[in-house]
Amino acid sequence: MDFTFTEEQQMIRDTAESFLTEVSTSEAIRAVMVTDTGYDTDLWTRICTDMYWQAIHIPEDFGGMGLGYVELVAMLEQMGRFLLCSPFFSTVCLGSNALIVAGTEEQKAEYLSQICEGATATLGYTGPSAGQRSGQWGAETIEATAKRDGDNFVLNGTIRYVMDGATSQILVLAARAEGTSGEEGVSLFVLPADTAGVEATWLPTMDQTRKQGEVVLTNASVPASALMGEEGQAWPQLAKIIDLATVASAAEQMGGSQQLLDLTVEYTKERVQFGRPIAGFQAIKHKAADMMTSVEVARSGVYYAACVAQEALEGGEMESELPEAASIAKSYCSDTYFKNAGNSIQMHGGVGFTWEYDPHLYFKRAKSSEHFLGNGAYHRERLAVLLLDGE
Amino acid sequence: MKLSFSAEDELFRKEVAAWLNDNLVGEFTQLKFRGGPGDEHMFPEERKAWEQKLAEGGWTCVGWPKEYGGRGCSIEQQVIFNEEYARCGAPGHVGHIGEGLAGPTIIAFGTEEQKQKYLPGIVAGKELWCQGYSEPGAGSDLANVKTKARFDEEKGKWIINGQKVWTSLAHESDYVFVIARTDPDSVAHKGLGFFLMKMDQPGIEVRGIEQITGTSEFNEVFFDDAECEADDIVGAPGEGWKVAMGLLGFERGVSTLGQQMQFQNELNQVIDIAKENGAYQDPTIRQRIAKAHTELKIMRYNSMRMLSGQGGGDGSLQKEALIYKLFWATWHRSMGELAMDVMGPESEILDGGPYELSRLQSMYLFVRSDTIYGGTNEIQRNIIAERGLGMPKEPRVAAK
Repeated sequence: MDFTFTEEQQMIRDTAESFLTEVSTSEAIRAVMVTDTGYDTDLWTRICTDMYWQAIHIPEDFGGMGLGYVELVAMLEQMGRFLLCSPFFSTVCLGSNALIVAGTEEQKAEYLSQICEGATATLGYTGPSAGQRSGQWGAETIEATAKRDGDNFVLNGTIRYVMDGATSQILVLAARAEGTSGEEGVSLFVLPADTAGVEATWLPTMDQTRKQGEVVLTNASVPASALMGEEGQAWPQLAKIIDLATVASAAEQMGGSQQLLDLTVEYTKERVQFGRPIAGFQAIKHKAADMMTSVEVARSGVYYAACVAQEALEGGEMESELPEAASIAKSYCSDTYFKNAGNSIQMHGGVGFTWEYDPHLYFKRAKSSEHFLGNGAYHRERLAVLLLDGE
Repeated sequence: MKLSFSAEDELFRKEVAAWLNDNLVGEFTQLKFRGGPGDEHMFPEERKAWEQKLAEGGWTCVGWPKEYGGRGCSIEQQVIFNEEYARCGAPGHVGHIGEGLAGPTIIAFGTEEQKQKYLPGIVAGKELWCQGYSEPGAGSDLANVKTKARFDEEKGKWIINGQKVWTSLAHESDYVFVIARTDPDSVAHKGLGFFLMKMDQPGIEVRGIEQITGTSEFNEVFFDDAECEADDIVGAPGEGWKVAMGLLGFERGVSTLGQQMQFQNELNQVIDIAKENGAYQDPTIRQRIAKAHTELKIMRYNSMRMLSGQGGGDGSLQKEALIYKLFWATWHRSMGELAMDVMGPESEILDGGPYELSRLQSMYLFVRSDTIYGGTNEIQRNIIAERGLGMPKEPRVAAK
C-alpha cells in the first residue's frame, strides 16, 4: 500500500503546474472565454505537440504515452486549479475514454491516432430530459434513436449539455433502438462531426470557461463501422465511460477548490481592516480552515478514485468499485468546490463581487461542474441505492 | 500510488484474524464491541484480562520497536492489525493511553531506567496509564497549567500540588503522566515539567465526573502534596511542554483505522435499522446515510494518505493529518444525530430505567464530547489556519 505520487507522477504534476502557471493566467482565461469556441488554438497545438498531454493515457499501440489514470488525474487537478480553457477534458476524458473502453480495434486505430495528432473529440448522450428533476445522467436520459437502414444506421434526436459539442471534430454519441427504455437498446457510435445530418450548435453558458453545445441529429446516416461494440448492448460500457469521466471531473473540481483556498488566504493576508490583516480574525481563519479541511478530504477521495479508475481500465480486481468511488469523489468534490467558491467571494468582500477579481470565474465553474455528470445529491442517491435498496 | 497490500502483509492479516478468532471466545465473548469511547467505563477488569491475553500472544504494542518489547510491525501491518482487531469486534484497549501515549513518550524522551521501569508493564497489559493535562483553568488554553511541582531536597522527591480534570480512566489506572509547573514564576508553555507518577498514594484523590450519559469515565484528579520520584521526570525541568507536544507526533493515524472500523459498525447498525423501520425510503435520510458513508470512506483514504506520506522533516504534521481530528469528530457527531433521526420516536425509549441507554443512545450523547476533547473544533480550526495556512495568531492579552 502506498498512497503517494511516485516520482514520475510528481514530475508530471509539477510540469503541469509550471506550464499552466505560464499559459493559463487570468488574462489568458478572460481573453478566450468570451469567444464562441472557448479556447486558443495555438495553445491547444502547443499542448498537443510540445506537451503531448492529450495522449497521456492512450495506449502506446495507438501512438499514446500509455500512462495511467493517476497520471491523468494529477494533470486534471492542475487544469482545474488554473481553470484551463481547452478541449482537453472533452477530448481526453470523454472522447478518448469512450474509444478506449468501447471502441473496436479499427476505431481505436483511426480515432485515437487522430486524437494523438491533435483532433478534438467529445461524448454526447443526454437528451433534454437530463435537465429534468435537478439533473439526471443515467441511461433513461438517452433519447436519440438509432435505426438500421441496410448497412447503415440512421440517427435522430437532440443531445444536450454536450461539452465542447459545437467545436469537437469527433463525436461519440449514444442512441437507442426505438421503443426501448432504460439500459436496454443503447448503442454507441463514433463519427466525424461533419457527417451530414449532424448539426452542432453552441449554447452560451453562465460559466464562460467551459463551452456546451447541442447536437441535433436529423436522419444522420452512419455506416455500420461507426457502431461501437454490439448494437443495443452498449450501456455497461457507457456507464463505465461516464464513471471514468466523473472521476476526472472530480479531480478538476478538487484542483479548483484548492486554488480558491490559496487565492483567498493570500488575499486575506494582504487586506487590512481594523489595523491588521483580516487573516488574523478567527471568523476568517475558521472559514479558511474549513475550506482546507474539505480540500484535503476531497483530495483523498479523488486519489483513491483515480487508483480505482486505473484498475477499471486494466480490468483489475477493483473495477466493480468504480461506480461507488466515482460517486464518492464527485459528490464530495462538487459540494466542496461550490462551498469554497461561495466562501471565497464572501471572504474577499466587495471585490469578490467584481468582474475584475477571479473568484467569480471559479464560482461559475463550480456550479457548472457540479451539474455536469450529476450533482452531490444525484451521486448520493446513487450511493443510497447501493447501500439501502439491496435485499 | 498503489492500493493493495503485499502478499506477505495479506498473510499477516490471516495470522491476526486467526488469532483473534481463536482467542476472543469464552469469557471474552461478552466484550465484543464494548469499551470504545463512551463505553470505556465498562468491564474494566475483564478488559484488563483481555489485554493480558493479547500480551501473551504478542499483540500489544505491535508498532513498538522489538527492543522495547513491541512487535516491530511495519505501518502496513499496524494498519492491518487495527483493521482486523476492530472488524472482529474486539474490545476497546483498556491500555491504550499507555500503549499509544505514555510508552512512545518514554521511548522517545525517557531515560534507560524509565524505560526498564515502565515499558514492560505496558507491554504485558498489566499496568494502565492515564493522562494529566487539562485543568479547570487549562482547557483550550492548555499551556495555562497551574499545577505546581517543587523539588523537596529533604525527601529527594518532587512534590505535586494542583488539580487535573477530564482524566479518562484515572480510577482504573496505575500511573499518570502529568505536566506541572516547575518554575513557579513562569507562564504559558515555559517552565513546565513532565512527570511519571504512581496513582496509588495518599496525595492523589480521584473523583468521577457524572457525564451527559449519566455514567463516568472522565475524572477529576486532585494532587495534595503528591510525590514523584526524583528520576521520574521526563526531560529536564522546563522541558515539559516539548515532551508533551512530542506526543502529538506519535499519533500518526494508525489507531484511527481501528476507530474507523468502530464507526463503520455504528453506520452498519443505523443502515440496518433504516431498512427495518422504513426510514430508508425517506429521501433526506437516504441523502444523509449516503453522505455519512461517503465521508467515512474518505476518512479511510485520508488515513492511508496520512500513513503513506512522509510529513514535514521536522516532525510537523502533514496537511491531511492536521485536518483529521476536526473531520472525524464532526463526522461522528453527525452520526449520532443521524442514528436518532433514523430511529425516530423510538430513539427516546430506553432499554430500562432509571437511565439505561442503548449503545446508539449512549453514542449519540457521548459524541458531543468528540468535538470538545483533545482540542475543540474551534481550536482545531485555529491550528489548521495557523500551521496549515500560515494565517496570523490571535494577539495574546499580556499577563498581568
